[in-house]
Amino acid sequence: MIAAPAGDLALQVMWNRLISVVEEQALSLVRTAFSTSVREAGDLSAGVFDAQGRMMAQAVTGTPGHVNTMAAAVDHFIDAIGTDHMHPGDVYLTNDPWKGTGHLHDITVVTPVFRADRLIGYFGSTAHVVDIGGRGFGPDAGEIYEEGLFIPIMKLVERGRLNRDLIALIRANVREPDQVVGDVHSLAACNDTGIERLADMLDELGLDTVEPIASFIFGRTSAATRAAIARVPPGTYRNTMSVDGYNETITLAVELEAGEGWIHADFAGTSPVSSHGINVPIAYSRAYMTYGLLCALAPGTPNNAASLAPFTVSAPAGCILNARPPAPVSVRHVIGHFVTDLCLGALAEVLADVVPAEGSGALWNFQAGARAVSGAGLGRDRPPAEVLMFNSGGTGARPRRDGLSATAFPSGVRTMSVEATEQVGPIVVWRKELRPDSGGDGAYRGGLGQVIELGPAEGYELHFSAMFDRVENPARGRRGGGDGAPGRVRMDDGSPFDAKGKQLVPAGRRLTFELPGGGGWGDPALRSPELARDDLAQGYVTGSGP
Amino acid sequence: MRLGVDVGGTFTDVVLETAAGAGRGPAGADGLVSAKVLTTAAAPEQGVLEGVEEVAARAGVAVADVSSVIHGTTLATNALIQRRGAFTAFVTTAGFRDVIETRTESRFEQYDLDIVLPPPIVERRHRYTVAERIGAQGQVLVPFDSDGARALALELARRGYESVAVGFMHSYRNPDHERRFRDILAEAAGAVAVSISSEVSPQMRELERFTTVCANAYVQPAMAAYLHRLADELRARGMAGPVHVIHSGGGLMSLESAARFPVRLVESGPAGGAIFAADVAARHGLDRVLSYDMGGTTAKICLIEDGAPRTARTFEAARTSRFKKGSGMTVSIPVIDMIEIGAGGGSIAAVDRLGRIRVGPDSAGAEPGPACYGRGGAMPTVTDADLALGRLSPETFGAAGIDLAPDAAAQAIDAAVGEALSLDPGAAAVGISEVVDENMANAARVHAVENGKDLSGFTMVAFGGAAPVHAVRLAQKLGIDEVLVPPGAGVGSAIGFLRAPFSYEAVRSHYMALDRFDPGEVNAILADLVTEAASFVAEGIAAGAAGGGPDPDSDPGAAPEPRIERWVYMRYAGQGWEIPVEVDAASFDAQGRELLAVEFTKAYESLFGRAIEGLAIEAVSWSVRASLPRATGARVERADGSAPAPVAGRRRMFDTAAMAAAAGSVVERSSVGVGGQVAGPAAIVEPQTTTVLSSAHTAVMQPDGCLLIRRRP
Repeated sequence: MIAAPAGDLALQVMWNRLISVVEEQALSLVRTAFSTSVREAGDLSAGVFDAQGRMMAQAVTGTPGHVNTMAAAVDHFIDAIGTDHMHPGDVYLTNDPWKGTGHLHDITVVTPVFRADRLIGYFGSTAHVVDIGGRGFGPDAGEIYEEGLFIPIMKLVERGRLNRDLIALIRANVREPDQVVGDVHSLAACNDTGIERLADMLDELGLDTVEPIASFIFGRTSAATRAAIARVPPGTYRNTMSVDGYNETITLAVELEAGEGWIHADFAGTSPVSSHGINVPIAYSRAYMTYGLLCALAPGTPNNAASLAPFTVSAPAGCILNARPPAPVSVRHVIGHFVTDLCLGALAEVLADVVPAEGSGALWNFQAGARAVSGAGLGRDRPPAEVLMFNSGGTGARPRRDGLSATAFPSGVRTMSVEATEQVGPIVVWRKELRPDSGGDGAYRGGLGQVIELGPAEGYELHFSAMFDRVENPARGRRGGGDGAPGRVRMDDGSPFDAKGKQLVPAGRRLTFELPGGGGWGDPALRSPELARDDLAQGYVTGSGP
Repeated sequence: MRLGVDVGGTFTDVVLETAAGAGRGPAGADGLVSAKVLTTAAAPEQGVLEGVEEVAARAGVAVADVSSVIHGTTLATNALIQRRGAFTAFVTTAGFRDVIETRTESRFEQYDLDIVLPPPIVERRHRYTVAERIGAQGQVLVPFDSDGARALALELARRGYESVAVGFMHSYRNPDHERRFRDILAEAAGAVAVSISSEVSPQMRELERFTTVCANAYVQPAMAAYLHRLADELRARGMAGPVHVIHSGGGLMSLESAARFPVRLVESGPAGGAIFAADVAARHGLDRVLSYDMGGTTAKICLIEDGAPRTARTFEAARTSRFKKGSGMTVSIPVIDMIEIGAGGGSIAAVDRLGRIRVGPDSAGAEPGPACYGRGGAMPTVTDADLALGRLSPETFGAAGIDLAPDAAAQAIDAAVGEALSLDPGAAAVGISEVVDENMANAARVHAVENGKDLSGFTMVAFGGAAPVHAVRLAQKLGIDEVLVPPGAGVGSAIGFLRAPFSYEAVRSHYMALDRFDPGEVNAILADLVTEAASFVAEGIAAGAAGGGPDPDSDPGAAPEPRIERWVYMRYAGQGWEIPVEVDAASFDAQGRELLAVEFTKAYESLFGRAIEGLAIEAVSWSVRASLPRATGARVERADGSAPAPVAGRRRMFDTAAMAAAAGSVVERSSVGVGGQVAGPAAIVEPQTTTVLSSAHTAVMQPDGCLLIRRRP
């Protein structure tokens, strides 16, 4: 009656174990990272690869932007270093935006795994570091050279010996050398954790290589992903979308071609690169396309080389979704995050019960430098402080539900506590609450944006770097649903404040942001009276218009 | 004579501790008499009384002979999960009405376009604001609007709220405005229950603090009424002693404190389990123990080092979506740090799109239960797999007195798993069992990594209906060589309550960069916290004095001095994660800065392997734990295996050492004397569970009734 577990079962268990190993790897990074965006936004990734550089498992983190970019990265390392030059005790790294995850702030570290002196695979991890030199995190550079230190793929450690020259070079080029170098070591250490766990697992199984597990994972995943894609009838699907961009409206265009078990996105027709750092390397565009399609077609599929392979992209060189060096790319997420809604929108007809209306898309993150001013008995000698906040508008209404209010999509970031933020830097957030009437009308209402009002603490002024979109181009409703409310930025004294670029908030002044809402879904006349009554009772809708 | 009472969602467990003499009447070797009755949700005290009367009758004593009752319950948690609480309003700082609704602005399930976020515990229409604002340093930025507050208080009274939660920005630093609102409300609305965040949970981070105060207000009226009814009913039956309540941090508090801060009870049941394991660890002189509790729906894993379970400052209660992290509400209260996953005897197995066996988190629960219960459950569960693998005896399963149906189990396994994967039912059952064991092993590994620990060298203590069945396999996967299965596995939490010390942890946030360390300020904070924590303990002792308190050996005349532990939660400037650092100093002078820096660096190294030189360090929260020593039984002299235990029968069972079926022994646990030895493969059967041994394991009965399982070298 009772049989030993078939080989498949053991491999399944090992697959689960591998996913757990990369989750552990990611967790240890989150705990030790200095970068706010790593720990608050989960802006990191961790993965394990076979000897051919194919990703077998990846931790689920807050950043779809690493979904595909991470998977492709190890190939670049193999090409650049060459397996003949890889040795036990080696660690490699890069922050090449075109070989990693799209901007210089992300450092990717890859560690080869040896078993009995044979190279059997790799662990890779990426984290967004606090600073990389240059002009700092923002769209203001005109070329990549101004955006900071560019580290081509190279050895961080060779046969156990740390490359001290590289460390010295990094230290000399960044604003927070201890933290950045600390994060580099954390990346290497989390890969080591993965290597130990993998060794335990192979010992337990009596295996010398990971290939049996790899082929099992890829076989199962490939079949399931291709079957999921079959929901989209073969054919061509198009969509275009307008977003604000830096100083002129940007058109994003996609033509999705669905075949037997694959979907290709071509971004021809998209606007050319911008003169500011909102340009997107194509690997990052691919990540947000893949993420959106996996959400719509195959949620729950673990990420690996086979789940990602069916999704490919192309774009004319020099369009904003395929920026080439030396285009600046520092805040590529501002445009890149719209790729998900762009691609989902192309499938709105064939996946009518799945695809939501457009949402606010790009986050309303900002960085503000607080500087002391004299007066009120306070000297100018108090140290400056940097404050970073992540904030989200509304998501698009879904075919069966309202959109989510003040919730990130496609990004997975979390907002930070206002109390904790005020402890870190001299700012006061006077208001942070839902923005009534900002969700697009519809049978299902778009998610609400939020209103944030803030200013410098007494004795300070704020040097504010704004990068807000959907002020000119609101999220569009779907199937008769209304558009979400556009965003707005204003100063309390009525003086103008641009949604883009560096500006000053003088001492004593307050700034108000109204974050955009998501688009509505379906004819507003079809909204159930019950939901409509609840909107009024809760004050999500005031009845007096925005 | 003391009584432990655990009121869960389905069952109420009652354990009576008779005089420690073994072998008296119905009591087991440990002198305990237990009963399991159904929870009576509408009036939970009725179930408790039924159980109390049952154990009293079986032990041949009167209820009046009980000296004290120690009570833990999931009722507060269930009220939060089922949203059956008071008609509650939340009053907060103008501009922050939606903090508990917008939460972290993120989605707990990254790939689900149709995700439903957990609704806030207090809806927007019941959330109100007052003009006032305290700054990060406790300074007043906007004065408290007394007139507006008075008008609001009258409106709240008029609308008939039963309970009001008050949470203002930075009130952990300056509680003045919250207190003023409370006083105004008391004037205007008299009897309405009020919870203020600076009392319930004075910790930084508005989302957690506001959620915690709302949760407290929401469950407070019903919990207070229930606790008082229970005490009254017990008094009416002649019991003169006190009722103490277990809090989530694993200590005892007075019934009055529990009635004011019921949110502190959310994890009291599981906390009892961890104390139970800690007590076993202490008796066996073990300083590194993995507590493993597996019931019908979930498995809970907790690290116990040096006799004490680890504690944390926040806990996510009432997860709405398949135990998924982020789908519940984070409350900031001191809590025993454990990981809970959807893996239990009732967890359902299925095959996903990728042809993988998945087990849990969905559970067949008690009704209809696993397919083999024969009550209409058609989905295969972990229990069905265990039955198919010969681990369970069909005729002697569980306290529920159910005859198990092997055919129904095999059929369900075949239909849901076997056919999809072309496996025979036996192989499919192995798959289900391996997957659930691996899920638990992964959770345990991640929990260990989070705490910077390596599990090899730990001893596992396994309890709960399903844990002894899976313990040996889980231990194999974790590289653990020694497992203890204590008696009373099915009522472990209630027994744990009897072992709990009086203790209380007071926590407060107060941000301080170490390079601006101010000894006076720190000493004042710590002194306040010591006073607060010690007064809760003293209140418990005072209440207990009449009935003898929890420690039967203590001299009621001498007021015992609580042990005081001081913890500082610190991090490197720029990090977002604070780590707890214990400091061994009653007060600080100017050297305190150095001391904290050194202790932090040590703690950081032990957690993460290395410290980072040259970075500024900051303290965020301060905590004081006051506790009386725990009453532990005498140290157990471990018995070596002397004679083989009598074998009641033999049957085919799956052996996880050989990963093949083998002929195994079936042994009645009650027939194994001290020193009695059972060699695997074997199933050691008792009414509430079965302990399963692989062919590589041997169990020896210990003097305290524990089965000690070791891997044969």
